[in-house]
Amino acid sequence: MPHLSTYVGLADHSEETLADSFRTIADGHAHVADVFHTCRMLAGWCDDHRSRLSEAVERYGEQDDVDEPERLHAAGLAEPREGEIGLLRDLQDLHVLATLVQTTWVVIAQGAQGLRDEELLEIAQHCRGETERQLSWLTTRMKTAAPQALIVAP
Amino acid sequence: MTQDRIDDVWGERTPHARGTEWPTRVDLHLHDGVREEEVERWVQSACLLCSNGCGVDIAVKDGRMVGVRGRATDRVNHGRLGPKGLYGSTPWASSPDRLTRPLVREDGRLVETDWETAMGRIVAESTRLLEEKGPLSHGFYTSGQLFLEEYYVQAVVGKAGVGTPHMDGNTRLCTATAAAAFKESFGTDGQPGAYDDIEHCDAVFLYGHNMAETQTVLWARILDRTRGEDPPKVVCVDPRRTAVAEEAERTGGVHLRPRVGTNLALMNALTREVLENDWVDRDYVEAHTIGYDDLVATVAPYTPEEAERICGTPADDVRRAARIFGESEAVLSTVLQGFYQSHQATAASVAVHNLHLLRGMLGRPGAGVLQMNGQPTAQNNRETGADGDLTGFRNWDNPQHVRELAEQWNVDPMTIPHWAPPTHAMQIFSYAEAGTIGLLWISATNPAVSMPESARIRRILGGDQCFVVVQDLFLTETAELADVVLPAAGWGEKTGCFTNVDRTVHLSEKAVDPPGEARSDLDIFVAYADAMGFTDEDGEPLVKWRTPEEVFDAWREATRGRPIDYTGLSYDKLRGPSGIPWPVDEEHPDGTVRLYADGVFPTQTEVCETFGHDLVTGAAHTEEEHRALRPDGRAFLKGAPYSPPHEEPSEDFPLRYTTGRTVYHFHTRTKTGRAKRLDDAAPDAWVQLCASDAEARGVADGDWVLVESPRGSIEVRARIGPVMEGAVFAPFHYGHWDPTGLCPDAETRQANELTMTVWDPVSKQPTFKTAACQVTKVRTDERRR
Repeated sequence: MPHLSTYVGLADHSEETLADSFRTIADGHAHVADVFHTCRMLAGWCDDHRSRLSEAVERYGEQDDVDEPERLHAAGLAEPREGEIGLLRDLQDLHVLATLVQTTWVVIAQGAQGLRDEELLEIAQHCRGETERQLSWLTTRMKTAAPQALIVAP
Repeated sequence: MTQDRIDDVWGERTPHARGTEWPTRVDLHLHDGVREEEVERWVQSACLLCSNGCGVDIAVKDGRMVGVRGRATDRVNHGRLGPKGLYGSTPWASSPDRLTRPLVREDGRLVETDWETAMGRIVAESTRLLEEKGPLSHGFYTSGQLFLEEYYVQAVVGKAGVGTPHMDGNTRLCTATAAAAFKESFGTDGQPGAYDDIEHCDAVFLYGHNMAETQTVLWARILDRTRGEDPPKVVCVDPRRTAVAEEAERTGGVHLRPRVGTNLALMNALTREVLENDWVDRDYVEAHTIGYDDLVATVAPYTPEEAERICGTPADDVRRAARIFGESEAVLSTVLQGFYQSHQATAASVAVHNLHLLRGMLGRPGAGVLQMNGQPTAQNNRETGADGDLTGFRNWDNPQHVRELAEQWNVDPMTIPHWAPPTHAMQIFSYAEAGTIGLLWISATNPAVSMPESARIRRILGGDQCFVVVQDLFLTETAELADVVLPAAGWGEKTGCFTNVDRTVHLSEKAVDPPGEARSDLDIFVAYADAMGFTDEDGEPLVKWRTPEEVFDAWREATRGRPIDYTGLSYDKLRGPSGIPWPVDEEHPDGTVRLYADGVFPTQTEVCETFGHDLVTGAAHTEEEHRALRPDGRAFLKGAPYSPPHEEPSEDFPLRYTTGRTVYHFHTRTKTGRAKRLDDAAPDAWVQLCASDAEARGVADGDWVLVESPRGSIEVRARIGPVMEGAVFAPFHYGHWDPTGLCPDAETRQANELTMTVWDPVSKQPTFKTAACQVTKVRTDERRR
């Protein structure tokens, strides 16, 4: 099942990238208290997803060297931006990354269904649900930040 | 009548049996030298100095307020008053340091001026900012001390005149979690229970609520039950051994002492016990709630032993408390700052609702929930939308609700900011810090003392990046930093309504004239709206009302058809023997004692005030998500897992710092500090630590100690007392103002120097009760040397 293992690898790597990016944004906007604390908490969720997945990684392996892997990998957020508009853009980038993670779990869940792998299915569904909550928070926070950042911020 | 409510805080007992009416006892206090027969007039009002909202009459003599008397006929207090109400209600009004003229900043100093100059500066700055940057350049931070009519006008001016979403109140620091918890569980704000439930319950649970000190008259009401026949059991959740905790032990209840910041773990364990023992009203849950299965799964890991591990509360105590909840037939729960200002505030407060829903304990005598307020007018802030809510418990995310308001005010719906959640107080101050809010208008509240990390707040207010307007009675710590200070009229010097915790609306009549050129907050907002030329769609003045009664009549219309319906109320009706609880409409002409007696909740997608939130992240649910759940009048059971507080003890800061109110002072002491008897009883700040923590630091009772957190420090006297090991308690809201000038710690005593800039994800209420700190001895108590 080379392609399932590709996606298992993608989930593992992109959760790691998302976790790192949440922490980068948390530290980069540490004076924005809710962003700081929430991003660190959400990074913890990503860590948890990876540890849940580790059992599947053992069973299916991780492949990241088949079929043009560079197209599958997303780069993380290495540097936070500054100011209110910078925060808005950073949240937006996190949203793009989290969307990749979320659809990856959708795809893995489909594979697990096909294989009747209930354990993997449960992991994928649980993680997808939490990733959707991460996306909801990012959307909520962007909506809150947008007017001031777009209209009034220097 | 002579009485000393300083030493005898709750007064003499009038015990009575379950289900019988609370006896009347009329409390009276007049200024020294004034005899009862010398009082010229008694003017109807209600007390403003805690959230209980007791009915009072104000004594007037020679054009001055000279005392108060409890109203025997009022449903709230049956004539009683507490120490703050008795001694703190009137002395401030004739204090020689009242603001009597407007002040403006000239060359860095505040100087007296006239109204035209002061308002002219505000209007010039406001106009410039609106032209250059638009409405988002304005922020309004208001009080819990104005009247309903003033809040309503402020809401109209802010939302439909300026058009800014940046409106919030001091209420965010005290009751925001109460409101948020109601919305998450029941669809809209609104207290289900009533004070009368005290007479009918067989168990009272007080969650983070030191009622004995914060609402003394309500506590007297409970004592009259616990000392009478067939008394209820009391259960107390508090890290300190308070008078409430002692009463819990005396009545055969339980004192649960969770570590500061761990309330939710304890609540999850209580919920799990109720489920495990099947103390669940299955029919009620089936018919009137949704979310049961998710709640069961969420609380599953929280065994009593797990709660003991996290909270430090013995597992058997958790079991005993849960059994009392599970086996009682009518439980009254009350909640206050120990939950609201602590970690996971909304989730923990919602958990109280969950317990009541699981047991079907709402809407009948004795089975009630009282999510408390800090002051009786704060409820009006929430109702009218001068804080972060939309007027009349409307949903900012529901276009139809916004249209209704636009019609009511005759403005374009696009004027009313509704594209995102209204900006909460902590965010408003961050925008003011960055200068993107260029005009911040603060009315009747003192954020320089009351907000977390207070040194940061003073920097923001004192900086040049934001023009600050303050209207207040005195030159508070906040007013000292303002660019324009407006002298306001206070309680008894103006007319208006306010609504207490159990929805009882009182009318407070003007008793005396305000001093000098001071004006009511209503007149100030109207003057600003007129000067700014705010108009409606027809070019008529946006604010068409000039008297409080005209505003009240307009407000009634704004509530028509909403769960909070005032249409059956009028000033004339409120001049009767007692305050009246809303909703008051054609169906309920005499008001409504309890909500949700029929188990039907305002959760329909078209009706609700919010589509709900993720209790862990604060993410807002969408209309589609809400509709898909099909709540259709059923209440939500909502759970969340426990997470550790944001700042845990460390090597440098090994103790847990927590703050709270005590019996002799209210808020930042603007009024109570000017009442001699209250000031004499509690003239300065202190911290409480337990004997073992004190001993380890060589600290004896009365010694001066330095208390430090990563953000700041205070230097105050230590009191050794029954606080949990590892915790340090400080009374909040002592600022540097000192009526006598004799307090040695006045410059170093502000509890909020240490607290964190962090807030609950749903209610956005700042956390005042979880910070790490260290205590070191500075010098020995000089009185012992």
